[in-house]
Amino acid sequence: MSAKEILTGAEALIRSLEMENVETMFGLPGGCILPAYDPLLRSSIRHILVRHEQGAGHMAQGYAQVTGRPGVAMVTSGPAATNMVTPLCDAFMDSIPMVCITGQVATTAIGTDAFQECDTIGITRSVTKHNEIIMRAEDIPMAVRQAFHIATTGRPGPVLLDVPKDILVNTMEWHWPTDEQVKEALPGYHPVINGDAKQIKAAAKLLLSSERPVLYLGGGVLKAHAAEAVKELAEMLQAPVVTTLMARGAFPDNHPLCYGMPGMHGTATAITAMQKADLLCALGARFDDRVTGKVAGFAPDAKIIHVDIDPAEQGKVRKPDVPIVGDCRLVVEEVIKAIKELQAAGTAQVDITPWRSRVNGWREQFPLVYEQSEPGERLKPQFCLEKLRDHAPAGTIVCAGVGQHQMWASLFWQFNEPYTWVNSGGLGTMGFSVPAAIGAKAGQPEKTVWAIDGDGCFQMTAQELVTATTEGIHVKIAILNNTYLGMVRQWQEMFYGERYSEVDLSGCPDFVKWAEAMGCVGIRVESPDEIDAAIERANSINDRSVVVEFRVEEFEKVFPMVPAGAANDDVLLHPTQESRREFLK
Amino acid sequence: MSTINTNNPYGDSHKHHILSVKVLNRPGVLARVSGLFARRGYNIYSLAVAPTYDTNFSRIQMVVDISATPLEQIVQQLFKLIDVVEITELDPRKSVEREMLMASIEVEGERRAQVVDLAGIYEAKVLDVGSSSLTISLDDSPEKLDDFEELLRGYGIVESQRTGRVALPKLEREAPKGVTKGKAS
Repeated sequence: MSAKEILTGAEALIRSLEMENVETMFGLPGGCILPAYDPLLRSSIRHILVRHEQGAGHMAQGYAQVTGRPGVAMVTSGPAATNMVTPLCDAFMDSIPMVCITGQVATTAIGTDAFQECDTIGITRSVTKHNEIIMRAEDIPMAVRQAFHIATTGRPGPVLLDVPKDILVNTMEWHWPTDEQVKEALPGYHPVINGDAKQIKAAAKLLLSSERPVLYLGGGVLKAHAAEAVKELAEMLQAPVVTTLMARGAFPDNHPLCYGMPGMHGTATAITAMQKADLLCALGARFDDRVTGKVAGFAPDAKIIHVDIDPAEQGKVRKPDVPIVGDCRLVVEEVIKAIKELQAAGTAQVDITPWRSRVNGWREQFPLVYEQSEPGERLKPQFCLEKLRDHAPAGTIVCAGVGQHQMWASLFWQFNEPYTWVNSGGLGTMGFSVPAAIGAKAGQPEKTVWAIDGDGCFQMTAQELVTATTEGIHVKIAILNNTYLGMVRQWQEMFYGERYSEVDLSGCPDFVKWAEAMGCVGIRVESPDEIDAAIERANSINDRSVVVEFRVEEFEKVFPMVPAGAANDDVLLHPTQESRREFLK
Repeated sequence: MSTINTNNPYGDSHKHHILSVKVLNRPGVLARVSGLFARRGYNIYSLAVAPTYDTNFSRIQMVVDISATPLEQIVQQLFKLIDVVEITELDPRKSVEREMLMASIEVEGERRAQVVDLAGIYEAKVLDVGSSSLTISLDDSPEKLDDFEELLRGYGIVESQRTGRVALPKLEREAPKGVTKGKAS
């Protein structure tokens, strides 16, 4: 770059995104961001025009979760920025790397309640890892570099850049900051990557000396690309593994050491193994209330090894015996080394075969079950999921909304590969799955992407299927339509004396017609004998998106279930298993 | 904003700690810090902010309530703010603390002389004199300020304002307790 190159702020913004290797971004233009959409016409970046800004945010999340690269969204000021708050918060809760660019009114108008002005920085401060308003065109390259650096390092998360319109119009001399300059400009940001050697050794000792260890895997395993290392650790110890909602696929479900998901709707085996453990090795997990149940009653006899890249997670919920701050993959690799050294020096692992056979006994006694519907009755949602799972091509990515269907999807699918499960874990955002699936498909066009959705969720964000159609991003949507806000209905049945308040969605639209109106193929499945053909047909369609509506049983409930506020020992089993409860001792 | 608690904790070092937080001197940093405290339900008793000698940085000194939230958790959450550069914990037992009080008192005649006398004992300054009132300032340890304010109250405080406290580690002969922690993600 010898000759001086003068660019507008907008040109500098788009070029900065190109320099950060952005290939795909999601957005919707408007007044204040208009200048940035002009150089986009000449850019190598593929921009996917959404129908609602929230869709752009969730698409960026889905894209990030299956590619490991930051998702990028760009929208205008005011209402567009406020529509982005939910995806930002969702990405913040689930530690998803994301860079969001919002337009802002001109610097001269800021603070005057101008048209489409809002305090984007103030509003998004608590739902982003970091946010900045750019006040000079020449600051754009540095701000973009910092945003990508912050979003993707340490504990990943969303970063928002707010760019006033005049800053996009003003000119600047193009320059691209070096890595050193970026770090220098962030004197307060130094993520800890390497675990403390002493603590790693302590962890290794504890893992070898524990009689009842459980490896408790969280989403951090996936963020750190630690799945391989974790598998090696699990196999060398032959220790039981549980994968949280955010970690489904981080350890293969078909592995004999995998006992599935713990927590409020976890498997009885995963829940009980954690309760009875004498050691929980938490890897990139944050002791979420949906996992621990009543904290005072959670894994009462367990010592805790807690590996997390975020130091603030140490002791936030449960005091660890061995806290290790660092990158999950690097730490696990070091722990493996330390174990090998201890073993070479003569420290043998305590025999945990009795523990494993106890856990296997629970698995035999308490498999996931549901009662198949009688002829003429509505389909069982679990049956639909089993069918979808069994027909799915290898490597299929599954996205879920939030509610009963999400729990069934997590429980009844088999996730044998990392990065094949995308859902809204922490925030629990209904309507997540359709846009997230589109983002995932944009990031992994070769893979089949199934969104498992509920009828309530679908009605929140279905309009993005228009985006899918016009952009040629062909996803498959399974609506488990029970004509209820099913999870809320379940709680009202179980904890509010069957008083159903505002959960009846039976006035639902014709999903098949709606799908067709959006350019998709619509298929309705009402009886078991239609199901195989319908799913096979959906899987065979590759030139359009497909919506399959499964009319499922209204009153089916998700089991097991730990009632809110209860200890995990008090898990409610499937009614057909309650009589065997004593085996969980 | 729930973060300012008027329940005076001064003097009880089990309940409060002073954090000296070095931040980038830029717009919005105080909002980030106070927003974090509001969101996570932490309490701030007092707050003092000013640029450091290097004007690229500011120092926020705050007295925080550690009876409900462990200090470690507050510190680690603060560290997550990108603009926070350094945090020093000051144990009140091992630091020198100063705070300033200004108070206007309505006094006439003999009582005025008593207040001036009292100010003399505490080495407070008379800043302003009205026909029937005085404005006095005192900078001292927070405990002394408590005593002085209590005595003035008997004379009728019209208005008073205290600053947040500022502190530096005691220059002890053994190693000072002020521990500077490493920066984390």
